[in-house]
Amino acid sequence: MYFGLSEDQKFFQENVSKFLDDQCGLDCIRTITEDSQSNLQEHIQNGLVNLGINSLLIPEEYGGLGLDMLFTAAVSQSLGGGVAPFSFTGPYVMAPIAIVYGGSEGQKEKYLKGMSQNTIRMGVGFSEYIGARDGAEIKIKNNKVSGKALFVLDAKNSTHLMLSNKEGVIGIVTSDADGVDIIDLTAVDKTRNFSEIYLNNVDIDVLGLTQENNNAITKSIDAGRISIAADSLGASQRLIDKAVEYSKERKQFGRVIGSFQAVKHMCAEMVSDLEPCYSLVWHAAHCFTYMQEESRLMSCHAKSHLSEVSKLISKKATEVHGGMGFTDLMGVHYWFKRIGVNRHILGAPELVREEAAKIQNF
Amino acid sequence: MNLNYGSEYDSFRKEVKDFCKEWKGINFKDQAKIPIAQNHESYGATLTRSEWQSILIEKGYFARSVPKEYGGFGGESDVIKNRIIASEFASEKIPPAMGGQGIDMLVPTLLELGTEEQKMQYIKPTLHGEMIWCQGYSEPNAGSDLASLQTKGELINDNWVINGQKIWTSTAQYSQMMFCLVRTEPEAQKHAGISYLLIPMETPGLEVRPLVDMTLKAGFNEVFFTDVTIPKENIVGKRGEGWAVANATLGHERGSLANPNAMMNRLNELISRMKEENIDGVRLIDIPVYRDKLITIQSKVTAFQSNSLRVLSSKLNKNQDSKLAGMIQKLVGTELRHELEGFAVDIMGEMGTLYEDSPHLRDGGSWQFLYMYYLGLIIGGGTSQIQKNIISERGLGMPREPKVQGV
Ligand SMILES: Cc1cc2nc3c(=O)[nH]c(=O)nc-3n(C[C@H](O)[C@H](O)[C@H](O)COP(=O)(O)OP(=O)(O)OC[C@H]3O[C@@H](n4cnc5c(N)ncnc54)[C@H](O)[C@@H]3O)c2cc1C
Repeated sequence: MYFGLSEDQKFFQENVSKFLDDQCGLDCIRTITEDSQSNLQEHIQNGLVNLGINSLLIPEEYGGLGLDMLFTAAVSQSLGGGVAPFSFTGPYVMAPIAIVYGGSEGQKEKYLKGMSQNTIRMGVGFSEYIGARDGAEIKIKNNKVSGKALFVLDAKNSTHLMLSNKEGVIGIVTSDADGVDIIDLTAVDKTRNFSEIYLNNVDIDVLGLTQENNNAITKSIDAGRISIAADSLGASQRLIDKAVEYSKERKQFGRVIGSFQAVKHMCAEMVSDLEPCYSLVWHAAHCFTYMQEESRLMSCHAKSHLSEVSKLISKKATEVHGGMGFTDLMGVHYWFKRIGVNRHILGAPELVREEAAKIQNF
Repeated sequence: MNLNYGSEYDSFRKEVKDFCKEWKGINFKDQAKIPIAQNHESYGATLTRSEWQSILIEKGYFARSVPKEYGGFGGESDVIKNRIIASEFASEKIPPAMGGQGIDMLVPTLLELGTEEQKMQYIKPTLHGEMIWCQGYSEPNAGSDLASLQTKGELINDNWVINGQKIWTSTAQYSQMMFCLVRTEPEAQKHAGISYLLIPMETPGLEVRPLVDMTLKAGFNEVFFTDVTIPKENIVGKRGEGWAVANATLGHERGSLANPNAMMNRLNELISRMKEENIDGVRLIDIPVYRDKLITIQSKVTAFQSNSLRVLSSKLNKNQDSKLAGMIQKLVGTELRHELEGFAVDIMGEMGTLYEDSPHLRDGGSWQFLYMYYLGLIIGGGTSQIQKNIISERGLGMPREPKVQGV
């Protein structure tokens, strides 16, 4: 038995973290999230793609690295840890999985290859399938699509959009096609982008197998949930590190605040909550690739549990920083907001838990 | 137990109800884009808000017991009437009088400890929203340990000359005046060396630098003092008594950070939201997990509101003791409000995370804003951890943590 990340996985993970630490410090994140004209984001995205982050899950025969979900989760942890201004989960986790499970040979050849070469970048909009709000609905008929998709992941940088209707039928449109209207949404976390998309009789390339069963969409959502959970895991760990470090430096009443039991206990509680999450996320990722029958339930657990734990940690870690935590100076809020939005991507925890109960026929 | 205020209050309540009916739906020109907490929303007020303030004072719905010569209504102090006003205003969504640190903290301090000249000079414009104040207490190295503050004041030729720095000074960028704690007796023991000074913000040598906070608003500031010179008379209390003067009003701040009526109002807005919003066509209010959580929070808010009634009652009845019920208010109130706002974000899902001027924004983004803002208030005005120290040590008489040397 060996429960944990392999040397390769750790090595890759550290490379991503190191890249972000070197290239994408707080000032960089501040610029990217506040100045829409800045080209820094492109620089970071290119750097991450150069590390191969775009093709982790793409099978080798289509030019990818052919790695497994645990590898992907390990990378997500690093991205969350560095609040990377990079939308990973939609384009590079959910999209390839959907095509692997739902696409025809021709579609795989076209899209997976393009994605591995980064000439195709896919925005992903599955929110209607998970739970439609504000009348979001798309209709797919005779290879045409019309309607409205909400909270689409990374449409902004996309060449293509992968969309699902309520039944889980998935299709792909080109982002600049006539009849596609992409409107930016502003979420409290600006390190990633979210959009609303209007479609008016647009050509859509439907992934054939998705008309027969829901494998592709459920696999894709499971993968996305594990990836987002891992992102929150990494973000939470970084917040704990920051809080502990700060508590050893900051002095009040003539002593470092880390010497107060109240502060120690906040830190110890955060760690006690988070440590089991490593195992949960890794286990879920392992199941995704190697123990498919347990995979759906495990990914629900990972997503909903990490949503709760990370929310608590984002509050406590801010509190340890006192007034500094509330200012922009220490940047704690970037992690707070990342965690806040992760909580709701691909289903708020209440909805995901309901799903977990249904999966078990409760 | 008797929850009736007494029949003498029936006619007063009716009068307030009529007033609310008359003003229902009023709006200000200077409404903040993102509405913030009731007590804070009128920072940086303009004329229209001042006019509202004057109307309220004239009716006796605000500054009731402040003497007329200082710009108040000049009535007898009546906590029950205040309570009636607050609850009627809240339930009819009539904007309450503006609050802020001048009104909530400085005015009570001056009434208690100010000189006649100070009362005459400052109270009226403050109550009318024409003079905004900020609180210059915290410093980079003096937050929870406020008494270690180092900003220095020296008496030179009948003037105070001030040098040093404050931080986290809310609303300093809009303020005309600051009430400030300054170390004037460097030889004295920590708490005994502080004075409470009143400083015009326009004094040369005083520089305000806005600080962005996590809500992305510059809600507070750094304030730098370089030979800031003010008249000797601008002191409240005596030299070296500033700590006691400040403590006389810290209680006022802590009370005002968590207003139970505002919270109940907010809860009712949330309930309306839950009836309007749906997911897959099912109203949020019909979804069992959300219903359960809503009622859990409603229980807490109701308990908190009742708790404040009990605190009120103990002010009216000598034989009642509600010391602990009073002490827990800042801790419980700010934590609960943060929970409530966070729950609202939660039920709205992805849409709850939208912010600023995003399409599909709900209620001006106020839920997400206040979820963060109340985390700030959990920290500001004495952190939750400090509140727990106070409750256990002063409330429960538990021994203080031993002093640890040189950690
Ligand atoms: C939104 C907001 C508005 C504010 N407005 C103003 C204002 O207008 N004017 C003003 O003067 N100040 C203002 N402040 C400052 C505020 O009063 C301080 O931030 C607060 O008192 C905490 O001090 P600190 O930030 O230095 O944190 P620290 O004291 O450094 O605390 C850091 C951590 O250590 C813990 N800690 C410290 N001492 C102890 C102890 N003895 N036991 C246990 N735990 C301890 C704290 O609980 C906290 O978790 C504001 C702050 C905020 C967040």
